[in-house]
Amino acid sequence: MSAQPLYVNDDDFFPANDEHERWEHRGYEMVVGLEVHVELATQTKLFSASPNRFGDEPNTNIDPVTLGLPGALPVLNRHAVELAMRLGLALNCRVQKSTFARKNYFYPDMPKAYQISQYDEPINADGWLDLPDGFRVGIERGHLEEDTGKSTHVGGAGGRIHGSDYSLIDFNRAGVPLVEIVSRPDIRHPEQAKAYVSELRSILVAVGASDAKMEEGSMRVDANVSVRKPGADFNTRCEIKNVNSVRSVGRAIEYEAKRQIALHEAGEPVIQQTRHWDENDGKTHTLRSKEDADDYRYFLEPDLVVVDPGPEWIERVRAALPPLPAARREVLASMSGQPANSEAVLLVVERDQDAYVLEVGKQSGDVGLALKHVKEAPDLATVVPAGRLATLTTMESNSAVTATQAKTIVESMIAGEHERDPEAIAAALGFEAMESSELESMVDAAIAEQPDAWAKFCAGEGKAMGALVGAVMKASKGQADGKAVTALLNAKKS
Amino acid sequence: MSEPNDIPKQATLISEGVRYGILSAAQVLDEHLARVDEREGEIHAFNLVLADEARERAAEIDSMVADGLNPGPLAGVPVALKDNMCTRGIPTTCSSKILGDWKPPYDATVVTRLRDAGAVVIGKTNLDEFAMGSSTENSAFGPTKNPHDTSRVPGGSSGGSAAAVAAEFASVSLGSDTGGSIRQPAALCGTVGVKPTYGAVSRLGLIAFGSSLDQIGPFAHTVDDAALTLEVISGHDPADSTSIERPPLELRSKLLMGAAGLRVGRITDLPSGASPDVQARLDEAFEALAAAGAEIVDVECPAFGYGLTAYYLIAPAEASSNLARFDGVRFGSRVTAPDTNQMYMATRTDGFGAEVKRRIMLGTYALSAGYQEAYYGRAQKVRRLIANDFAAAYAKADVLLTPASPTVAFEVGDKASDPLAMYLCDTYTIPSNLSGDPGMSVPFGTGDGGLPVGVQVLAPALEDHTMFRAAAELERYMQTQQEGSIQ
Amino acid sequence: MSDRITPSDVSKVASLARLTLTDDELATATTELSAMLDHFAEIDALDLDGVEPMNNPTHLVNVMRDDVVGETLDRDEVLAAAPLAEDDRFRVPPILGLDD
Repeated sequence: MSAQPLYVNDDDFFPANDEHERWEHRGYEMVVGLEVHVELATQTKLFSASPNRFGDEPNTNIDPVTLGLPGALPVLNRHAVELAMRLGLALNCRVQKSTFARKNYFYPDMPKAYQISQYDEPINADGWLDLPDGFRVGIERGHLEEDTGKSTHVGGAGGRIHGSDYSLIDFNRAGVPLVEIVSRPDIRHPEQAKAYVSELRSILVAVGASDAKMEEGSMRVDANVSVRKPGADFNTRCEIKNVNSVRSVGRAIEYEAKRQIALHEAGEPVIQQTRHWDENDGKTHTLRSKEDADDYRYFLEPDLVVVDPGPEWIERVRAALPPLPAARREVLASMSGQPANSEAVLLVVERDQDAYVLEVGKQSGDVGLALKHVKEAPDLATVVPAGRLATLTTMESNSAVTATQAKTIVESMIAGEHERDPEAIAAALGFEAMESSELESMVDAAIAEQPDAWAKFCAGEGKAMGALVGAVMKASKGQADGKAVTALLNAKKS
Repeated sequence: MSEPNDIPKQATLISEGVRYGILSAAQVLDEHLARVDEREGEIHAFNLVLADEARERAAEIDSMVADGLNPGPLAGVPVALKDNMCTRGIPTTCSSKILGDWKPPYDATVVTRLRDAGAVVIGKTNLDEFAMGSSTENSAFGPTKNPHDTSRVPGGSSGGSAAAVAAEFASVSLGSDTGGSIRQPAALCGTVGVKPTYGAVSRLGLIAFGSSLDQIGPFAHTVDDAALTLEVISGHDPADSTSIERPPLELRSKLLMGAAGLRVGRITDLPSGASPDVQARLDEAFEALAAAGAEIVDVECPAFGYGLTAYYLIAPAEASSNLARFDGVRFGSRVTAPDTNQMYMATRTDGFGAEVKRRIMLGTYALSAGYQEAYYGRAQKVRRLIANDFAAAYAKADVLLTPASPTVAFEVGDKASDPLAMYLCDTYTIPSNLSGDPGMSVPFGTGDGGLPVGVQVLAPALEDHTMFRAAAELERYMQTQQEGSIQ
Repeated sequence: MSDRITPSDVSKVASLARLTLTDDELATATTELSAMLDHFAEIDALDLDGVEPMNNPTHLVNVMRDDVVGETLDRDEVLAAAPLAEDDRFRVPPILGLDD
């Protein structure tokens, strides 16, 4: 397992907190529900004992069940059920007696020509997910089903299905356990959709249900989008597929909502269909029309029996649930003095680095400073022992080094210099706290050089302080402690 | 029939002889293979005779005995397998073109259990394609004939397995029974044929027809042989989620208990349709059990007659889904076409026979949007009614007797052009597939044309041993009759 | 003979099941399926309100296995038995005319 942080794929993983602003376009609002498929972190497949492992040689994780060979029979993976239950409980769902059905359709990556999926009776129903800003999104269901194999299209233009000469199928992924989490159509803003996906991902990772890597396809998002005049009835919706990053979620639904609004305004009908999000042109394209409606001929899977977890198992799973991201954000917020939905708190919990921050804070006595550094330098948590960072933050809060110097030391610690010992690094770089007499003479020099600024500062114009502090920092080559300079200036003013 | 000789045909006797070193497995096998050579050409019981593999296995069994080892309860018993049970590395065809020369990469659980018990697999037997039919005429490899009269069908769909035992090609054989596919051919071929309680025998490696109805069971010369074989193949298999979590059935110890005190139910509202010769034998069976001390009680099963309709909606529905995997992608035959959808169409159209296509279409229709509730949905409710009827009947009776087949073996081609007439062959056997209860056919004399008649014994789920107890009594009665007539 | 099922129904069903019918076969199948559905109409008269559908004879609940890796099949053996394989994968003609 590499130390790669989870958020690498998304530059704007966390949405700005502009949730107070309502999304509206030409008097329409968007109505969005999300269907999220996540691959469960089991050792084996949902119905057979082949490994559930990403990135293996093609067609190595196969067995008669995976390939849908004649005579093969499925046997349910208990751990997959338990992971689904964990997720359901984390999403405030009712965990209930459930059954499996066959969804019949022909496609070469679906070995049996039917997918075993929970239909009428999902294991998780009727829950909710609270976004960091407090907005609640209803969860309709979270059901178990099996994944398909993977097709590679050969020939034609750039590996696209259309125009290809033929396709090659790898069944390693076939039968991998999935939970499909279906939200209610509660989402009204692209940022809410992004926050929902981010929060869901955090929860999945927190409860150990999935590694939830969108870039590897272990978390996949489809969006159901329609638009309406606020308060009006729901309109025809379209399903958007291939939304492969949090950022795309926001872009795709915004594009799609505007497309539908344009149709409404032009008096043209929105046709219920499945659309494909193209990351390159930033548009959605018709994949297939729902007019020739699929007829999946669902019926109860006769090769499997009822799954009824019962109160005892449910309570055991509930009791073993780790703290969820929302609760962890509250802890980190109260310990650091930052708001629970501040960027730093959101990011650090999302990266699963809050325990590290708290440990540093426990040793140094300053959680806020630890949070600031870890937020800015995520690699700290993976390569620098908490004790080392605690030493640095202690040096910083004692003004033994300045904030600017501390940043430089962080970089050196991450780079592995001087055995990541902040004191050794500070010494090597010649970072030593300035004598206060030396600092005071620099402050006096700055006042003398900029009498206008000093006069304005004394007259109460706070902005004038910047020029004075800047001059001191420049003279000290960044070694002056900004807080100390400010304190001196204030002291001299009175 | 072949000359009487020293080699017994019964599995119980063969196994004992081999284990005690009185018989050699090789000798037993040769005797059976000789009969195959003699009559297989006219009967066509087999899709594949595994003579070489069987000889190797027989030699292994004999050397085990020579080494003082016990090869198991079926030591040296020649066994035939219906060709819808997976055999590792050995073609398994379901008598369909669509499987091509597919060789399963694994063994069905029953095959493993037979081998572990010392059985010698002698071949794979013919069937109605994918077990859909009642005459073994719907085989891509040509029909099987009834050993008692080769102008007649052996019944189906396990006609090859029934014929293999009747012609003494194998001592016992395995079939699968979805709506009567063991019991009806057993009746027509004059062998014992058992469909055990649903879940008693693992379905792993049985190529599915109707998954909620399919059960594997034995054909045998005697009730005791059938009991022995079923004891070997039954018992929990964690690889089949519908396998009952119980040890193997215990049957042989009950066979000598007799019928005294047994409550034998006569279904007063049984659907008509049994021919007079068959009805006469059924009446005699009741008398025989009564004479042996059984109490005959009247029961009602008002929904029994709707079984056929429920079955012919449910089984094809499941089959339409089970047979969707034959798509030319991963195994079996493929017809080349310019795109995948056309490849599916061409492969399936070419690979499936008429009856299979008929049932796939019927099942697809029964499940399709707008019709599912009216057909598949109502059929499942009728299924419940039938199960409830049986449950009520079994409150009054320990076993029920019915005909196994409405008639004796019919002429080849007789019903081939009338699917519905063919379906009616299963009138008496279908309901216990729907309920999941066990049923078996016991040879009980002859009917028109001197052809065999089978009486069906039915019992509640997990009461297979009670069913065998009644069957053993019927067999004893018939042996006494025959001994009497010989004298 | 009733018209419980029309040639267009049968045609749709055949297409769902990925079967091709000639015109003659379509006519025959329509006749046969109609006759069967006529027979099956006997259950239309039954009062089935409140009857619980029966899906399976089994009364088993919670049949599950442990999450432990078991044997896998040999890829070369499996691909050798496939109609067409290439580059360690199963090869199919272009995927067209299918819902994605």
